[in-house]
Amino acid sequence: MVAVGSKCRVCKEPAIIDLPRHNAHFCAEHFLELCRRQVVKAIEKFEMLTKDDRILVAVSGGKDSLAVWDLLIDLGYQADGLYIGLGIGEYSDTSAEFARAFAAQRDLHLIEVSLRDQYGYDVPTASKATKRVPCSACGISKRHLFDKAALDGGYTVLVTGHNLDDEAAVLFGNTLRWDVEYLARQLPVLPSRHGFPKKVKPLVRLTEREMAAWCIVRGIDYLVDECPMAVGNKHLAYKEALNAIEQQSPGSKAAFYLNFLENMAPLLVGRSAAATDSLQSCSSCGAPTTGDLCAFCRVVAKASAHEPVPVELVLGKGRGRR
Amino acid sequence: MKVLLRNPRRELTIDGKRSVNSLLAELQLARESHLVIRNGTLVPGDAELTVDDVVEIRPVISGGA
Repeated sequence: MVAVGSKCRVCKEPAIIDLPRHNAHFCAEHFLELCRRQVVKAIEKFEMLTKDDRILVAVSGGKDSLAVWDLLIDLGYQADGLYIGLGIGEYSDTSAEFARAFAAQRDLHLIEVSLRDQYGYDVPTASKATKRVPCSACGISKRHLFDKAALDGGYTVLVTGHNLDDEAAVLFGNTLRWDVEYLARQLPVLPSRHGFPKKVKPLVRLTEREMAAWCIVRGIDYLVDECPMAVGNKHLAYKEALNAIEQQSPGSKAAFYLNFLENMAPLLVGRSAAATDSLQSCSSCGAPTTGDLCAFCRVVAKASAHEPVPVELVLGKGRGRR
Repeated sequence: MKVLLRNPRRELTIDGKRSVNSLLAELQLARESHLVIRNGTLVPGDAELTVDDVVEIRPVISGGA
């Protein structure tokens, strides 16, 4: 039973979701249409993708990455998936199952990379061995392997499932520190350069709540449980702060991030150039780096030589800088 | 009604009917951070939940970036 008055803005049929930032309710069909329209708008405005691109989607088994893969296929793009086994105990085992099931049910190609099997370590061990917070060790590993898989596989663009909440939270953190280098790089498209593949974020106009709803309506099973190592990190705290504002003033998150792209980002063009212009090739793997060895190879060297560390030993240590 | 909460997973039994928004407020859960699924179907904030419903309150915020 749906309460009286809760009707779809488009067709007046019973609504399944309220979207305060649009001051509207939508039925399933018109909610999906709204999501497709927002993704198309992002792709076109920022020249993210063409139908000729060979696309690789970074897939975690969570709602955002499966939703963006689903949306791209739905919109007629050719896209393969890349899953990285991070070795975070049961959490990783379950996330892999969701990613595999999604690909198998749709006859899509999923590439798998295992940190433990192929590089001799996992995220808990890397965190302990390098004395980094888990999210930092994880991020370094994922970014490197995303880039490598895209370049090695001949993909023209790497897609990630970063949504509006992710981008607004990162922007919030960078703004709190007035970190101009990071602000200048916080764009929904990073062009191919210096040995990096082109990277795009087609979900930047859609919230986490909308992406979870997309998965529910489309019948996509995803890993709902939070990564045990992310609990307590600053990124989550920034999201909670922004959602408190959003609750009082719907549309604030979208205005904060999208107006940054419109009004502020153009003023920062060139401010991150110094870092990218001074890159050289890693002496071990050839990836772009500012030093002799890239961050990934430094992690591999330390973590692969370390005795495996169980997840439980590094839980609750996710409170570092994002 | 039976209410399933996640992260951590737990189940509550709540007496009486109320709207989705009232239930979220009662449990001190932010609407922007959650979706409510009633008997397997997504429902909006003003939907009425009754004693026979099975309700899942699903958090939508994830920590990776």
